[in-house]
Amino acid sequence: MNLILVTFIVLLAFTSYYFGRKKALVIQSSQRLTALPKFYGYYLAAWCAAPALIIFILWSVFEPSIVKTFILQDYTDQNLTKNELQLIYTKVKALALGNYTGNITNFLDASADKYIQLKGIANSAKVAIILAILIFSLSYAYRSVQKNDRMREPVEIFLKWVLFVASLGAVLVTIGIIFSLLFEAIRFFQAVKFFDFIFGTHWYPAKTFVRDGQPDPELMKDAFGAVPLFAGTFFIAFIAMCVAIPIGLLSGIYLSEYAGRGVRKYAKPIIEILAGIPTVVYGFFAALTVGPFVKEIGNAMGLEVSAESALAAGAVMGVMIIPFISSLSDDVITAVPQNLRDGSYAMGATKSETVKKVIFPAALPGIVGSILLAVSRAVGETMIVVMASGLAANLTMNPLESTSTITAQIVVILIGDQQFGDPKTQSAFALGISLFIVTLFLNVIALSVVKRYREKYE
Amino acid sequence: MSKIKAENVNVYYGSKQALFDVSIDIAEKEVTALIGPSGCGKSTFLRCLNRMNDVIEICRVEGSIKMDNLELNSRKLDVVRLRESVGMVFQKPNPFPKTIYENVAYGPTIHGIAQSKEEMDQIVETSLKKAALWNEVKDRLDEIGTGLSGGQQQRLCIARAISVSPEVILMDEPCSALDPIATAQIEELIDDLKKEVTIVIVTHSMSQAARVSQKTGFFHLGKLIEFGPTDKIFKNPDNQQTQDYITGRFG
Repeated sequence: MNLILVTFIVLLAFTSYYFGRKKALVIQSSQRLTALPKFYGYYLAAWCAAPALIIFILWSVFEPSIVKTFILQDYTDQNLTKNELQLIYTKVKALALGNYTGNITNFLDASADKYIQLKGIANSAKVAIILAILIFSLSYAYRSVQKNDRMREPVEIFLKWVLFVASLGAVLVTIGIIFSLLFEAIRFFQAVKFFDFIFGTHWYPAKTFVRDGQPDPELMKDAFGAVPLFAGTFFIAFIAMCVAIPIGLLSGIYLSEYAGRGVRKYAKPIIEILAGIPTVVYGFFAALTVGPFVKEIGNAMGLEVSAESALAAGAVMGVMIIPFISSLSDDVITAVPQNLRDGSYAMGATKSETVKKVIFPAALPGIVGSILLAVSRAVGETMIVVMASGLAANLTMNPLESTSTITAQIVVILIGDQQFGDPKTQSAFALGISLFIVTLFLNVIALSVVKRYREKYE
Repeated sequence: MSKIKAENVNVYYGSKQALFDVSIDIAEKEVTALIGPSGCGKSTFLRCLNRMNDVIEICRVEGSIKMDNLELNSRKLDVVRLRESVGMVFQKPNPFPKTIYENVAYGPTIHGIAQSKEEMDQIVETSLKKAALWNEVKDRLDEIGTGLSGGQQQRLCIARAISVSPEVILMDEPCSALDPIATAQIEELIDDLKKEVTIVIVTHSMSQAARVSQKTGFFHLGKLIEFGPTDKIFKNPDNQQTQDYITGRFG
């Protein structure tokens, strides 16, 4: 029903576009047009689609809760809690749709009938109202087309609002996500002390699991210490940067300063292909190839190496980040004005002296910015760590042992069954928001550094 | 006294020829001006004299350019040494984004000229003095060179060029980005410098060529049309094209 209605509105809008354009051509024969004929079409189409679709969306958003209020009116005298009311409403809905399997009481049956009835009324009312709006707005728009009113400005204003709504939507969704993180995290911190979370050195949420009732507060105190996770996250990111910065930066310098046009033409896309490999692929590459390889080499050297080592995960993550750094630093170095290079060469400096003394310092802010962006990617990377570095949150600085990161722990917490309202589940939100703050901080610094660099040359 | 002697120089950018059989004698401790309409090849020729065309991948130079009997257009030439003795000042002032001191000390550092900090200070001071910039910047040598005004930046670039005591300085339209006062300062400077250095200057301004140079070469469409004493070129040229350009009939 809804689909038909929307299709109808859209088709009608298209038709009115052509109709409006045609009408403009007719008007043209007797008087001067106020805009190009297509604007007449846009005008009619916008008046046709926008009001009807807005009402349709609002209706669809509010209808369920209005119907629910009507249904639950019959239960107000029973003194039920919010959760029980919710359960009843779910039962009524299921019964109305014919897939309820529990005991059917008369009361429920009556409610289901009422639900079906209400739905029917709502649907007919929706169709009627939307048709009425279509007729009203189209006739209004058609009259101003006939009067040959100004067409360009209303269309431009309409487009401005469409763009505004799109960006508003993007902003609101972001804010919504942040707040949902925040609220759940606050609920987590009601169960676990903030300082136990931030400074605790032991992460073992599974032990707080109790079959019924509340977990022991003493246990809670020692189960949610996030220090091992922060340490693991930064440790693995550090290993990754140890791989990615030298290789990425040097290849960026090679590509921008040394490579001939032929080499650059092929090498740059190939490096950028690395960025297109899905992280899952990197993950099993790390777990199945690099991990055992590191273990073998370590064993041959007589070292104790865990099969899931931080070294394997970090190294592969570094490889993943190489194209990021090399591509960004290549761009930044290429953006250094040619006349600085000329100035240095003309003084008799060699290529490497020019790179070291003039180009690199000039590009440094941009390079630092790209490295910070890369760090924030490394900190947020999940798949490789989950697959290759294990899930036990060891507090260790030994790259040959396994360790875990914030992102990997969030995965561990949220796969499988979980209970909402359980501190273990909520801890994922607390971890999520701390990760968000860290990456936000890194990104803000990186962007401001890059921006300052841009201002210098433009 | 001839300092640089170019014979039958041809330059190609890819398949396009930019210079045709240019032969010219540049005299020592004089100012030689190269004039001509845009795209006539005068900058291309200038860049042959310190091998700056090497930077451009598709550029190819043929012919012979000798400086004091040293063949410049040879694979065996030590380009670093050449550029130490042939400095260059560009159209747009291009100081490095470093301090004023570091800008001037750049050349002496990479060529290992100064043995001590005192010696380096001395080189920086004399270079800035010769470039008539010392009095303006002596109290702020540790400020960034790009923070100076356009004319000061260009004089800083000249100080940078003379810091390694070159024998020749090439100037590629050094005043085209400057105002008249800064231009006058640079021209005065050129006049002073020619006592010690050979200068080749490319310029769009004919009055500037007339003011600063002793010899002038007129380029058109990649060919050296006429070359001779500046007085003669401006007052009584042999070639009709030169006459037309000087009097502003084209270009």
